[in-house]
Amino acid sequence: MFPELNNLLNITPDRAEQGKLTLLCDAKTDGSFLVHHFLSFYLKANCKVCFVALIQSFSHYNIVGQKLGVSLTAARECGQLVFLEGLKSSVDVFFRAQAEPHPLQFLREADAGNLQPLYEFVRETLKPMDDGQAAWRCPVLLVDDLSVLLSLGLGAVAVLDFIHYCRVAVCWERKGNIVALAHDSGDGEDKENDILLNGLSHQSHLILRAEGLATGFCRDVHGQLRILWRTPSQPTAQRDGSLTYQYKIQDKSVSFFAKGMSPAVL
Amino acid sequence: MESVLALGGLVLLRDSVEWEGRSLLKALVKKSALWLIYHDLFRDPLSWSRTGEALPGGPLGALQAMCRRTDPGPFTIALDSLSWLLLHLPCTAVCQALCALSHQHSRPGGSCPAEPVRVLGLLHEELHGPGALGALSSLAQTEVTLSGAMGQASAHILSRRPRQRPAHQTQWFSILPDFSLDLQGGPPLESQPHPDPHTPPVDPTAHVTFNLHLSKKEKEAKDSLTLPFQFSSEKQQALLRPRPGQATSHIFYEPDAYDDLDQEDPDDDLDV
Repeated sequence: MFPELNNLLNITPDRAEQGKLTLLCDAKTDGSFLVHHFLSFYLKANCKVCFVALIQSFSHYNIVGQKLGVSLTAARECGQLVFLEGLKSSVDVFFRAQAEPHPLQFLREADAGNLQPLYEFVRETLKPMDDGQAAWRCPVLLVDDLSVLLSLGLGAVAVLDFIHYCRVAVCWERKGNIVALAHDSGDGEDKENDILLNGLSHQSHLILRAEGLATGFCRDVHGQLRILWRTPSQPTAQRDGSLTYQYKIQDKSVSFFAKGMSPAVL
Repeated sequence: MESVLALGGLVLLRDSVEWEGRSLLKALVKKSALWLIYHDLFRDPLSWSRTGEALPGGPLGALQAMCRRTDPGPFTIALDSLSWLLLHLPCTAVCQALCALSHQHSRPGGSCPAEPVRVLGLLHEELHGPGALGALSSLAQTEVTLSGAMGQASAHILSRRPRQRPAHQTQWFSILPDFSLDLQGGPPLESQPHPDPHTPPVDPTAHVTFNLHLSKKEKEAKDSLTLPFQFSSEKQQALLRPRPGQATSHIFYEPDAYDDLDQEDPDDDLDV
């Protein structure tokens, strides 16, 4: 996790909020560093994490996680992390026996499907343990990312329904958190993606938006991050509800600074 | 803000990602409701759970059931959110249900007219196209559009009363933690960057190596100069009455034999 980002959000692994949906979005840049941040953050916070990873392989997240001080392999072995590797298991949809619905069952369906099997998978994964021991602090669902589901044939409303049901099961019933990444094409031509992004924004308590610089690529400033709090009762929220910082991604950390205050130009 | 709850009919609360409207909806519900019935369609709106607890007919069925109420008395229905209904149901079905809800004026065989039904609907503007927004807007008696500035929320209220012009009003407000409304007088004071009064203004011409100033004689000559294209009364008189002795231009012409000086028939082709 990136300590500077924790400071900006005013959270620590010991003082993580519960029952929140955090939306990560990126426009004209790669916002996956935020996914790695929250993955390592919640593993360090001793939460049970269900990671629906549709974009990269397990080893990719593991390598980055090791730079951030967490071992995904160890977390998976001890049961703290349940990892749905979309790239690998999507093939199982076609070659597995059809007795039990696969979480990515919608890939088989000819007409516009829904994500109920994936929701059932998440709910099953994050249900309380029967032995009564509270081994983990709170359940967390992490999705990387939701926009790819549109490319796989689902409608925006189906993805919104999936997040709605996950909010019920994870945030409301289990007081857990959801963190999901969605991309913003920015040009307004992809109506389905705009509906998805706006619908998710309205359901979120916190929106972190990584944007590329308007002036183009820069070696010392990789982009800017806009933080928008949507919970009116958030005691730590700024008066105008949003903050904007610029950032630079380094090998093992990300440094944040106010606009125009990059160490390279000062 | 009282006008929002004064009229019956559909009250549209239009919010955006930047300025959320759920808190205002709760505040209005708290203000208007004496008795609250909560229909929980949040947990299982699409009947995915197999526990059988879901309401028959889903959210639209629940809405239509409210149309068939028989008890009198003022009635307020709060919908969170209309956007959910519009995304899952055809716009026409939603509009018909809203129309049936907000236009309940008499009951069959009723001896007394029923109290008007007030419907508070939360609508997320960015999720819908202009068609759906326009349709709902035409059904609404009151539209409250949320925006704000400098961290302060404001509501632009458009009220449509029958046979009157629509009334506009802007109200600045905040929602307290107990969901009561705190109305403010005006927008927050803008924080303008004030110039530092201790810094004297810098004269840029102070240290140049060439002379930018005019002497007194030069200034007088400059002020008395009339510009060539500036029209003054002297110039007007000079144009109207050329001064005697002023050289004016003349044209000297000697007509030859073929010239016709008769201006009446310049082509010389009239055979009169």
